[in-house]
Amino acid sequence: MCGIVGLFLKKEDLRPRLGDMLTDMLITMTDRGPDSAGIAIYGDETGKLKLTIQSDSPRATFAGLDAALAEALDAPVEMRVLDTHAVLTLPQAGEAAARALLAERGIRVMGAGHSMEIFKEVGLPRDVAARFHLREMGGSHGIGHTRMATESAVTTLGAHPFSTGADQCLVHNGSLSNHNQMRRVLAEKGFGPQTQNDTEVAACYISSRLAEGANLGEALEGTLEDLDGFFTFVVGTRNGFGVVRDPIACKPAVMAETEDYVAFGSEYRALANLPGIETARVWEPEPATVYFWER
Amino acid sequence: MQTIDLATTPLRELNAALQAQAGTTNQTRWEILNPKGAHAIAVGLDAPVEVTIKGSTGYYCAGMNKQATIRVAGSAGPGVAENMMSGTVVIEGDASQYAGATGHGGLLVVQGNASSRCGISMKGIDIVVFGNIGHMSAFMAQSGNLVVLGDAGDALGDSLYEARLFVRGSVKSLGSDCVEKEMRPEHLDILRDLLERAGADARPEEFRRYGSARKLYNFHVDHAGAY
Repeated sequence: MCGIVGLFLKKEDLRPRLGDMLTDMLITMTDRGPDSAGIAIYGDETGKLKLTIQSDSPRATFAGLDAALAEALDAPVEMRVLDTHAVLTLPQAGEAAARALLAERGIRVMGAGHSMEIFKEVGLPRDVAARFHLREMGGSHGIGHTRMATESAVTTLGAHPFSTGADQCLVHNGSLSNHNQMRRVLAEKGFGPQTQNDTEVAACYISSRLAEGANLGEALEGTLEDLDGFFTFVVGTRNGFGVVRDPIACKPAVMAETEDYVAFGSEYRALANLPGIETARVWEPEPATVYFWER
Repeated sequence: MQTIDLATTPLRELNAALQAQAGTTNQTRWEILNPKGAHAIAVGLDAPVEVTIKGSTGYYCAGMNKQATIRVAGSAGPGVAENMMSGTVVIEGDASQYAGATGHGGLLVVQGNASSRCGISMKGIDIVVFGNIGHMSAFMAQSGNLVVLGDAGDALGDSLYEARLFVRGSVKSLGSDCVEKEMRPEHLDILRDLLERAGADARPEEFRRYGSARKLYNFHVDHAGAY
């Protein structure tokens, strides 16, 4: 089991409430996935690059990191620390130098992009949300996951969402059966996964297809051809939000759409307190059918 | 009328109160507010009571029902009316996967669509769906009737035993050992009765009947090489 929630806002006025709404949805899915939780949130863009980094010893690791990066890049670097994670904001041109310094210090990069920030940890969704102050975050869309691990260890890196490309993220309920074979194919293309987790393979697959020029819909269609196993995927990009289920469709999924938002939940419970849900169009996404929205 | 609000009453208390009506009761009408997709609402009932749930339910609503009439004024999550023995369950909206699975008796009416695996392994339950049903419906269905006013998805009635399947619309594909069969007068009678009891607006003559070809019942020597 696992729980997935997602929210894609169509109007500006709900943006400040995105984190609050997603947090409630995430906590509702606790009994589907109590071992880890994570969220990718697409917030305001500043024209600069955002790198979300993680460390198991944040106090020591993050101390003075912004100054060291600013010196290495010869440019201003902002750092916002949230528990074990920090979001670095720096000029796009400094990405390679920043990544080199972070790698040198053994600091993990969880995600990068102009809009997306990503936070995930081991623990109950309620506690993870509180540690990262998810409720206070605003944005245009976001995806969350509560994990009950089956295929790999319960670790921060094994938690979802997985981000394997700029402003791209993926969460998964299910288990893939051809991920080892696909891992080799993707590594040859330069999109090799960093962990032994099956879901990361799916994220890398989507990133590789997008890099080859596919749009989000085409990349999601591709999962039906090339990935084997059980899956409900929810995927975020800088301006898009997509959903696809495998043809057997054992893993549950419910969607709701109003004039204000598109919402995804593993169960209706996750959607039950959204504004206007009483009159929303609520449906179960069809098996082997791609749904995506872009702005 | 007994009204129970799930915003203030724990689910176990609700189910204990409903299950305590087994046998004879004067409290025959119940209304449940704020279900908000909760699991296992109104399960294990065994009394001729009428229960209306005002909103959408989660997994396993009305499971193992005996005698009771349970109406969901919303949509139902996976496994609604699973293993029903008798009584009636009506879903005013859609039903998620495996609605009415393994049911032994009673009537399940889905006024919207039912998704995949509707009536899987049904053992005597009658199911009437006003809309469409998803793939692998009536898989290994043993007895009872599945009536679909709309269309059926892939692999309808795969490995079917003796359940009767009636579909008014199209069937995307038939499962292994499921075939179209002749509609005889006794089938039209069964269908007429079920449509009337479900309150469905359709005529028996509009349906086609599907059933088991009974080729999987016994070992066939010509297939020996396949094992």
